[in-house]
Amino acid sequence: MADLKNMIAQLEQVALEPAKAVAGIKSEGKKVVGMFPLYLPEEIVYAAGMIPVGMWGGQTEIKLADRYLQSFCCSIIRADLEMGMRGTYNMLDGVIMATYCDTLKCVCEDWKVAVPQIPFIPMVYPQNRNIQPAIEYMKAEFSRVQAELEKIAGTTVTEEKLEAAWEVYEAYRAACRKFVKLVEKMPKTLNAKTRHLILKASWFMDKKVYTEKLNAIMEAIEAAPAEEFNGTKVVVEGIMTEPLALLDAFVENNVCIIADDLAHESRQFRTVGRTEGTVYERMAYRIADAKGDALLYEEMKTKGQFLIDLVKDSKADGVVVCMMKFCDPEEYDYPIFKVELEEAKVPMLYMEIEQKMDSVEPLKTRIQSFAEMLS
Amino acid sequence: MEQKEKISSKEMLNNLMANHYKSAMEAKANGELVAWSTSIAPQELLETMDIKVVYPENHAAAIGARKEAQKFIDDAEGRGYSIDLCSYARVNIGYKNIQYADAENIPLPDFIFSCDNICHTVLKWYENLAKDLNIPLIVFDMPFNHTYDVPDHAVKYMKGQIEEAIKRLEKISGKKFDHDRFREVMEQSNKTSQMWKDASMVAKAKPSPLNGFDLFNYMAAIVTSRGTKEGYELFKRWKEELEEKAAAGLGPWKPGEEEKFRVMWDGIACWPYLGPTYKGLKNNGINMVTSTYPDSWTILYETGDVDGMARAYSSNYVNRNLNYGVDNIVNLINEFSLDGVVFHSNRSCKLMDFRQYEVQREVEERTGVVSVIFDGDQTDPRAFSTEQYNTRIQAFLEMLENRKEERRKG
Repeated sequence: MADLKNMIAQLEQVALEPAKAVAGIKSEGKKVVGMFPLYLPEEIVYAAGMIPVGMWGGQTEIKLADRYLQSFCCSIIRADLEMGMRGTYNMLDGVIMATYCDTLKCVCEDWKVAVPQIPFIPMVYPQNRNIQPAIEYMKAEFSRVQAELEKIAGTTVTEEKLEAAWEVYEAYRAACRKFVKLVEKMPKTLNAKTRHLILKASWFMDKKVYTEKLNAIMEAIEAAPAEEFNGTKVVVEGIMTEPLALLDAFVENNVCIIADDLAHESRQFRTVGRTEGTVYERMAYRIADAKGDALLYEEMKTKGQFLIDLVKDSKADGVVVCMMKFCDPEEYDYPIFKVELEEAKVPMLYMEIEQKMDSVEPLKTRIQSFAEMLS
Repeated sequence: MEQKEKISSKEMLNNLMANHYKSAMEAKANGELVAWSTSIAPQELLETMDIKVVYPENHAAAIGARKEAQKFIDDAEGRGYSIDLCSYARVNIGYKNIQYADAENIPLPDFIFSCDNICHTVLKWYENLAKDLNIPLIVFDMPFNHTYDVPDHAVKYMKGQIEEAIKRLEKISGKKFDHDRFREVMEQSNKTSQMWKDASMVAKAKPSPLNGFDLFNYMAAIVTSRGTKEGYELFKRWKEELEEKAAAGLGPWKPGEEEKFRVMWDGIACWPYLGPTYKGLKNNGINMVTSTYPDSWTILYETGDVDGMARAYSSNYVNRNLNYGVDNIVNLINEFSLDGVVFHSNRSCKLMDFRQYEVQREVEERTGVVSVIFDGDQTDPRAFSTEQYNTRIQAFLEMLENRKEERRKG
């Protein structure tokens, strides 16, 4: 058990001090490429011998980014631009951004002017993603991005290297899928905050190393006895669940995150890769095959049913919607799945969050009331 | 013999719009297919198939101008739509539920036609409509051009979607797509687009015969009638009128009302406050000569060239990079001899807003013109204050006057 705690603490530390973790990678002589939200071709970065790291904002004062963005802009993206301008990201050897929403389209352009010191690779994923021309388009984009990355890495990416990177990423994704299910066995040890930090650590590590560490944690969990839990189990939905004080409120009220539909967490790894085709094709189909994601167009929006099934499968007591304020795609999905959850009689708590909040106290009260209502 | 007096372009516009709404309602009543479409979508396909189409953005604007947006917005917000989302979307989603407006009425659609060259928002908004109404949704995804021009692999992807859309339209309508008719519609659409552009270009004359707020009115027709001869005839008449005024040296307003300053408007109108926004400028002798509207519907390509058509649709300025956005405005400033730019920081439109500050800086630096940004919204009446607007315009006026004085002194 002491071992398990130690192993978990190691990953938590990575998530709590990302700059240190990234500096550690750099000190090994590896180049590091920043990944804007949401889904990017990390396999190509990895195949080029570099380490992709996450850029999901942070709790920072916004001063410089006000030169480019009005106040009604997503707090993650504002924080990213702020830190880019401030030089916080200067250790990055490159940054990739894809234009998944209107805000990202604009910030893609602002970034070029505001943060000229870091090599920048903009790209586009198609939205009409289930037709063959979209697959071909993605392959062309991957190829273009690969050429840019090769320049930064000073190396050539081969199909063998791509295959190896794909294997690393599929193993990482499989491990994460297994991990989120293990929360059910140890809902106390893997409380809302710990679960988040363990998953977050993956954004600042070599995925191969991360997967080994996560597998070791899972082995220890499998060997340990199951924990008694009398609290509330919920599915969380949204982009991400920060600030951390928000997760403290879950823990304080004995609310366990039994499953998630977060862009920052499960949406990264829940779609299983296909086994046929080239690596580029498999990467493209992971986007084409994704379901119930606000950032990916879907003619017959399946998110509501997806959440209902997730609640059922994970035996959750309800859903907590963590709405990242000013995220248009998420805000459009909400009224649709709200009706579907109500019809299915799934209890739901809706909370608007921002990465930097003056106070999370009102949210704490709401989490507490929701937990009391469900208990 | 007495010469029959020509009908004015304003009357033609009114007739055309009245018929647009009326014929859509009749088509629905007769059991014909009706589509809802975004405002800059490849309407050529629908026109070729002779499918009636109405445009929710136009309709929301009409509702906004009639000052009845709030009840529709309230309905949408009551269903969980955030106040931070596009107000056209909130109005339209409210309308879908309420289904009656004093301004105009549109029939509910049998399918949806959505092109994201104008924003990502329309993908989500129309996705919701299709889900709520349980009807097919045809999407044209036009990848954002972070490069100056439209890349070839994006053209290929868009062409693939046009081909896909034709198959789906054949299935939905049960009719065969007529490629000869398609060519005719392409030709007509180009002619109408060009005439719309030509009419707007008459405003280059000094003083401008065009009061640019008219662009907001005529815009309704370039959206609804780009593929038709009626649209072409309307803009031709409008152009003739403007040319006659220009030849007579007439300005935008009544004789004696001098056009002291010429500016452009960046972004969408504030429909619920057309009067105050117009008067705030006009009362100070500021004429809005042009805007980003004329080029938005100047969609030109060779007849029969589907690649060119895809490229043209993807070339809308909001779908292109910062350099293009800046060049676009700089060109307008030069072509129309402008003194300044009015930027509408439109609470509804993140895609227009979040580049605006940088565009403003670069445009001012390259041209030396002055500019102002004001806060507003395209249809949400709560997001605009006439008093604040007038204060901004007063400051703008001072900058315009100072610049004029400096230039006079050399």
